[in-house]
Amino acid sequence: MISLDQQIEILTVNPVMATDRTTQLRKVIKNHTLRVESLDVYIEKQHILKDINLTIPEKSITCIIGPSGCGKSTFLKTLNRMHDETPEVRISGKVFVDDENIYDKNINVIDTRKKMGLLAQRPCPLPMSIFDNVAYGPRIHGTRKRKAINQTVIKYLQYVGLWDEVRGRIRSSANRLSIGQQQRLCLARGLAIEPEYILGDEATSALDPLSTKIIEELFIKLKDKYTVILVTHTLRQAKRIADHIVFMYLGQIIETGTTEEFFSNPKQKLTRDYLSGSFS
Amino acid sequence: MKKKQLEEKVFKVIMIGAAAIILVMLLYIIGTVLYKGLPSLTWDMITKMPGGGFYLGKEGGVLNAIVGSVYIIIGALALSTLISVPLVMYINFYLPPNSKFSKVIRFSLDILFGIPSIVYGAFGFALMIYLGIRASLLGGIITVGMLIMPIMMRSFDEVARLLSRDLPDALLSLGATKYEMTKILLRQLMPGLMTAILLAVGRGIGDAATVLFTAGYTDNIPVSLNQPVATLPLAIFFQLGSPVAEVQNRAYASAVILTVLILVLSFSARYFSSKFSKNKI
Repeated sequence: MISLDQQIEILTVNPVMATDRTTQLRKVIKNHTLRVESLDVYIEKQHILKDINLTIPEKSITCIIGPSGCGKSTFLKTLNRMHDETPEVRISGKVFVDDENIYDKNINVIDTRKKMGLLAQRPCPLPMSIFDNVAYGPRIHGTRKRKAINQTVIKYLQYVGLWDEVRGRIRSSANRLSIGQQQRLCLARGLAIEPEYILGDEATSALDPLSTKIIEELFIKLKDKYTVILVTHTLRQAKRIADHIVFMYLGQIIETGTTEEFFSNPKQKLTRDYLSGSFS
Repeated sequence: MKKKQLEEKVFKVIMIGAAAIILVMLLYIIGTVLYKGLPSLTWDMITKMPGGGFYLGKEGGVLNAIVGSVYIIIGALALSTLISVPLVMYINFYLPPNSKFSKVIRFSLDILFGIPSIVYGAFGFALMIYLGIRASLLGGIITVGMLIMPIMMRSFDEVARLLSRDLPDALLSLGATKYEMTKILLRQLMPGLMTAILLAVGRGIGDAATVLFTAGYTDNIPVSLNQPVATLPLAIFFQLGSPVAEVQNRAYASAVILTVLILVLSFSARYFSSKFSKNKI
């Protein structure tokens, strides 16, 4: 057997067949899917996530909703293995990212995290300049050339619409930005590591309405290139931007569906109760 | 009703009294040192080495002790920073929160914190005999280093514990290794480390008991690590023991020098720590 890279190399050497088939091959062998199989998570003796089975559709926005404490954020953390840092958490089951189980023994956790750009609840700029914040990811992942780093920084600052606002003070501390700008900076920082998936953990809950709107628009723009998975506790936000909804309650997935289907025609009684505001 | 009012008054008096006692103590100490020391605090005291007959009241100064104290504290600081920083980063950011090992470490630090400096002096002396080192700059550095290490670790640890988990999480989710994460966290914690260093300096530079057996005393400035070295606390100690009134007054002048040195350091520590807490918000 020859490996994927070798095949691509062979195809690239042969210019006639090159580009088209290369991309095709990548698509076939490495389709960007995220699949969760019988995932259980325990924190100490508490059973937090119960038998989660889920396939996240690619290049779209999937919103995970549910009342507080239902395990939304815990679930999100299993996707980039952030639970590795807390030994009380025990995980069983499989999470396939690009057909690799990220909980497999020989998977490098750094590679997994590189594939996932995380946008946290509160923006947390690194204690350095705006430029260095975005450049940090590429730098630790081995980009040394100054020109390449400059290009990356400008590209992603432009992408999140921050470039025009900060171009004059790119070397000043990131802490001086407003909180909405900080969140966009954090998004640019996450995009600069060139992930395949974007995870958002209530990424707009600390922001004012205007900044929330900007971030939401960015998510919609992002789904052309990335698979976006958002945890949110505002139903209206889910309605506004999601393509697919996952409703969780007490650590279980109650219902999934497209946004339209989910909101207009919920199948489970729990879902209907939740949507009508009987509990939150 | 009357009883309550009386209660209120009595406790108010006790509290104000306590505050007053602290203030009076401080003013009395500073007052005495200044009153007795200032007249003898000449330019010569700071810039000259002890001349012949200095200890009988003749010309000279305590430059040897000032420089010696600075040498020792710089060495001790280098030593204890090299050990404190890795330890604090390890128990805060490598080990999981509330791990058993970090609890053991913190408990040990609390005990080390409470050990009197003369015990460090005795331990340092025993260690030096074992290693075959004479009373010297090296011996002083090691012993003062041991004394200030738990102080530095404990106060740096307090700052590190306050750091929100957001930053480490943000760094890890970008795919940083723990070492890469630690480097950035250290940058964020730098003001806290400065405060810890200054607190340790204030404590280490004024301690007499640790250097009594380990650093020796000399009228010269040492040029190598295995030469004995003079220190300000011992300079005060020896001069105060002299029967000559003039020499006794010089002890107070040396005390002024030491106090000013420590005051400057603690004020800057205060400044750094308040600046740090502003950054936190």
